[in-house]
Amino acid sequence: MPNIVVLVKQVPDTYSERKLSDSDHTLDRESADAVLDEINERAVEEALLIKEAQGGEVTVLSVGPDRATEAIRKALSMGADKALHVSDEALHGSCVIQTSKVIAAAIGKVDSVDLVIAGNEATDGRSGAVPAILAELLGYPQLTHARKVEIDGTSIKVTRETDEGLTHLEASLPAVVSVGEKINEPRYPSFKGIMAAKKKPVQTLTIADLGIDAGSVGLGSATSKVVEVAPKPPRAAGQRVEDEGDGGSRIAEYLVGQKII
Amino acid sequence: MSEVLVLVEHVDGEIKKVTFELLTAARALGEPSAVVVGTSGTAAKLKESLAQYGAEKVYVAESDDATGYLVTPKVDVLAALVGAKSPVAVLVAATADGKEVAGRLAARTGSGLLVDAVGLEGEGGVTAVQSIFGGAFTVKSQATTGTPVVSVRPGGVEAAEASGAAAEEVVEVPATDAAKATRITGVEPIVGGDRPELTEASIVVSGGRGVGAAEKFDVVEKLADSLGAAVGASRAAVDSGYYPAQFQVGQTGKTVSPQLYVALGISGAIQHRAGMQTSKTIVAVNKDAEAPIFEIADFGVVGDLFAVAPQLTDEVAKRKG
Ligand SMILES: Cc1cc2nc3c(=O)[nH]c(=O)nc-3n(C[C@H](O)[C@H](O)[C@H](O)COP(=O)(O)OP(=O)(O)OC[C@H]3O[C@@H](n4cnc5c(N)ncnc54)[C@H](O)[C@@H]3O)c2cc1C
Ligand SMILES: Nc1ncnc2c1ncn2[C@@H]1O[C@H](COP(=O)(O)O)[C@@H](O)[C@H]1O
Repeated sequence: MPNIVVLVKQVPDTYSERKLSDSDHTLDRESADAVLDEINERAVEEALLIKEAQGGEVTVLSVGPDRATEAIRKALSMGADKALHVSDEALHGSCVIQTSKVIAAAIGKVDSVDLVIAGNEATDGRSGAVPAILAELLGYPQLTHARKVEIDGTSIKVTRETDEGLTHLEASLPAVVSVGEKINEPRYPSFKGIMAAKKKPVQTLTIADLGIDAGSVGLGSATSKVVEVAPKPPRAAGQRVEDEGDGGSRIAEYLVGQKII
Repeated sequence: MSEVLVLVEHVDGEIKKVTFELLTAARALGEPSAVVVGTSGTAAKLKESLAQYGAEKVYVAESDDATGYLVTPKVDVLAALVGAKSPVAVLVAATADGKEVAGRLAARTGSGLLVDAVGLEGEGGVTAVQSIFGGAFTVKSQATTGTPVVSVRPGGVEAAEASGAAAEEVVEVPATDAAKATRITGVEPIVGGDRPELTEASIVVSGGRGVGAAEKFDVVEKLADSLGAAVGASRAAVDSGYYPAQFQVGQTGKTVSPQLYVALGISGAIQHRAGMQTSKTIVAVNKDAEAPIFEIADFGVVGDLFAVAPQLTDEVAKRKG
């Protein structure tokens, strides 16, 4: 009966315009609609599939501003049991490493964790590194970019899918898994699920609750800093023509004009 | 001059092009030292090409564990070298493996992590140039602590030859702690075709849901082949099973920035644009005049791709003579 922690992140909706704040170059989380990152829906789905087959408990964990509760509720309405939400002003502007340390500390608050499931890469930062860094910090094996996950007692097998192809992985629990885009189709929360989620426990933690010093997180002590930001001017539309039986030839002429062919 | 560690990406005794890009980028920061982690005999095969791209040193870290475990052997080797050699920076490719190596290495060595750089500058410290939100912003960043660990996007930097001494130095692969590591029990590599790599190609021809079926994707392939281009696909095309996942372009697929990008039957959703809108020239064919792809296309044809693409393929062939 694996005890699973699923890591979810609220991100700016990729359908809306994403910006950096003018004052400190951090992600402007107010300007865009915020959603549960799609890859994390797949992480939640995978946790629920394991729970349905083998029992256990699914805890959702998110580090992010107060607003991230919406993302947490979504995960709960899909069927997760409870949630931890680390929210603290001091976290503003934290880098990937600092965030991972906070996540690792919060995982330490959950009793006897067997499995941590994350997305392989967030759509905002695209660092694709948090799951591996967590494995480093927790001393767990990492089985990342999973297309298939099999758990048998205390051992875990994962089929990893990357641009290189498939890699078959094996390790022992506890472990960190990250899921890839092709692993499953996440379920839609049912009406019943949405109602039930309202009553599920969400524990809010500050970094002090985690025993982390405010001076070691946030923009001021981030391991990297942005020194310059320049927006790229948006592309303008060029020429558009109707195909009148000569569309292909007209593209060819255009490409010749541009000296591309 | 101080050294810059470059983790070499290799398969079957061949170096991946991204490594040459990393060696080129490293020269802006210091003297490149290539780090080869692999089974015994690997470095000997790679040395000559590493020398051609300016590697002054080659650290040879060879053992069976090196390929028997996921990610951690590379981190172990690099961490030991960071301790012993105090490099100015460590560069790895921003691939799935590389990003994970970089993250763990930065965490272990207490260093700043700079992800997915498309360029590096060496004036006044190591500065990574990043292109974020699908190219909407260009950002420059620096590490504030430790040895900057930078993952560099394949295709982000143009590789240029320069001769290096490639002096070999054997280093140990630290023993793996099996309880904390992940064993690799099998690999099924993707067999690359004759077409150029998506992230390396100077022309990319992509097909979307408008292609309609896996069998019909050859209309995209034929145009690509006439242009010597790589083939890409939208997520809808991948999800519909028209084309394999590793060819997906976009937010959650590859980021490409070729001289020419041709979009066939692709609506141009923001997540697709995120992966291709920094292309130099964009050509689109779509039967819907309102398709958003036309907002960013330099040349758009409103029409049926099954009429337009084959005609273009013929025209290109004719011009090649
Ligand atoms: C978090 C997230 C991540 C995503 N990541 C990606 C990503 O990495 N890459 C990606 O591509 N998408 C991604 N998407 C999906 C994206 O939103 C779109 O759904 C997708 O790009 C649509 O693909 P399409 O343009 O091929 O399909 P459609 O939007 O269905 O467009 C098909 C187009 O083909 C045209 N057409 C049909 N028949 C013909 C014909 N015979 N001749 C000419 N034109 C024709 C139609 O007019 C239409 O415009 C992501 C979405 C989310 C939420
Ligand atoms: N602030 C966060 N809170 C919870 N999980 C996170 C957070 N940041 C990243 N993750 C997890 O790590 C995955 C990969 O993110 P990244 O490494 O930032 O690309 C995400 O899909 C999440 O599952």
